[in-house]
Amino acid sequence: MRRLTRVLPLAPAVVLLLLFLAGPIAYCVYIAFTDLQLTGQAHASFVGFGNFRHAFHDAEFRNAVWLTLVFTVLSSLVGQNTLGLALAALMKRASKPVRTLTGGVVITAWVLPEVVAGFLLYAFFRREGTLNALLDWLHLPRQNWLFTLPVLAVSFANVWRGTAFSMLVYSAALDEIPSEITEAAEVDGAGGWRRMWHITLPMIRRSIGTNLMLNTLQTLSVFGLIWVMTRGGPGNRSQTLPLFMYEQAFQNSMIGYGTAVALLLLVVGSLFSVVYLRLLRTEV
Amino acid sequence: MPRKHASRRLAADVCLLLVTVAFGLPLAWVVLSSVDPHADLRVRVPGGLTLANFDAVLTPDITYTPLLNSLILCGGGTALTVACAALAAYPLSRFRSRLNRPFLLTILFATSLPITAIMVPVYALFVRVNLIDTLQGTIFFFAASQLPFAVWLMKNFMDGVPKELEEAAWTDGASSLQSLVRIVLPLMGPGLAVVTVFSFVMMWGNFFVPFMLLLTPDQMPASVSINDFFGNRGMVAYGQLAAFSVIYSTPVILLYILVARRLGGGFALGGAVKG
Repeated sequence: MRRLTRVLPLAPAVVLLLLFLAGPIAYCVYIAFTDLQLTGQAHASFVGFGNFRHAFHDAEFRNAVWLTLVFTVLSSLVGQNTLGLALAALMKRASKPVRTLTGGVVITAWVLPEVVAGFLLYAFFRREGTLNALLDWLHLPRQNWLFTLPVLAVSFANVWRGTAFSMLVYSAALDEIPSEITEAAEVDGAGGWRRMWHITLPMIRRSIGTNLMLNTLQTLSVFGLIWVMTRGGPGNRSQTLPLFMYEQAFQNSMIGYGTAVALLLLVVGSLFSVVYLRLLRTEV
Repeated sequence: MPRKHASRRLAADVCLLLVTVAFGLPLAWVVLSSVDPHADLRVRVPGGLTLANFDAVLTPDITYTPLLNSLILCGGGTALTVACAALAAYPLSRFRSRLNRPFLLTILFATSLPITAIMVPVYALFVRVNLIDTLQGTIFFFAASQLPFAVWLMKNFMDGVPKELEEAAWTDGASSLQSLVRIVLPLMGPGLAVVTVFSFVMMWGNFFVPFMLLLTPDQMPASVSINDFFGNRGMVAYGQLAAFSVIYSTPVILLYILVARRLGGGFALGGAVKG
């Protein structure tokens, strides 16, 4: 009886999670093996691995996988992560007003709703937008960014929107490094880069792991930002997996196929998630 | 030595200011365009100041109804999330059990699943159980999708509240629920604020969930209705789009500042996320 009253408070959360999170995931696994369509036929039939075979022979699917890879590596691994670390390191040295200003602007970009961020960067990269105005002013050649380099534009947009998170994680991590250690290295004559490479990076390696995982997971599921900026276009030149999944399920009404793609995305996400858990475990 | 420090600080300041300008340009565009009578797509000093853009969008159709919908969706979702998370965190934080660890690991695993990936099956499921195009269905899904992270945060904050006060209450015959509501939650005000604000901000900015689960235009929250500035209304009025973006974004920025202030510095969420 006492045990029961003790676990009872867990009930609402468990019910909600089972019905609205575990339920859809189970349903996802089921539909991925059927030919369910948007038109709503009475009974979808079981097609085994048909959807997955279709996917691996589908040039558009491979295009989406490639673009997702480019988008993730450029914007999450290289962009958000490196820029976030650089900002955190610079902020430790900078004067207070500059630090506050930079933090404020970068965090504002992060807090803004996804769709608003999409519009702001759409305006920034458009042919008649701010970036080209800036290039004109510097007498550099202009580009129609959203047409010639759509993946690059959406990757930059994701860096703009997501860097604050890495910056916050790394700022917290750098604050935990005892100042005696860096000072000792400085007295021994270690320069800035060497201190960074041999002392700072090894000491914050767990934060780096956590941050990379969370950034990657967040980037894998970006939809609204790309949708607003390019709709996956022109053609399908910025169509990452979430947009591909959406198009297959709703524009081509192949819910079964779209869900199979979603399941692949979910599996990749789960793998990252497991790695993330292992990283945390060593930390606890 | 001091001179070296000073030059180093100057270099850092210059680098940061460059980054700030780069990050600030798109933000400057939205603020300047919202008061510019002839806004276009580039950053520039407005020809004259006007509130006409705000006047034009502050109508029931364009602003009030979508914002009200957002408020109902995110307010409902947040209330549900916070209530469930507080209840669930209590036994996890207070009682030892063999189930705690597997439960917390599952929760942590769920926090990092890409929710985007399950939206197609959720849509198909909602069609079957008649929850599609209903506010309550969307609220339930919002709550469930934020719940893992909310439970995780809440449990960590609750661990910081000392147990002694409750033990006194228990001997006086208070139930778990009473000690949770009367003693623990009031003592973890800042933590509760972080969980509430974080859940609300995440839902307020979410586009994909309502985009998939709601169909009727009257029910759409601001995150979806903002797309109407393109397409449905013919020529894009960038000044109005900017004005609407400012109105729609202000609440979450204010909420963030509120929480950051209360916790002394903007780094609280980053620290909390780090686990």
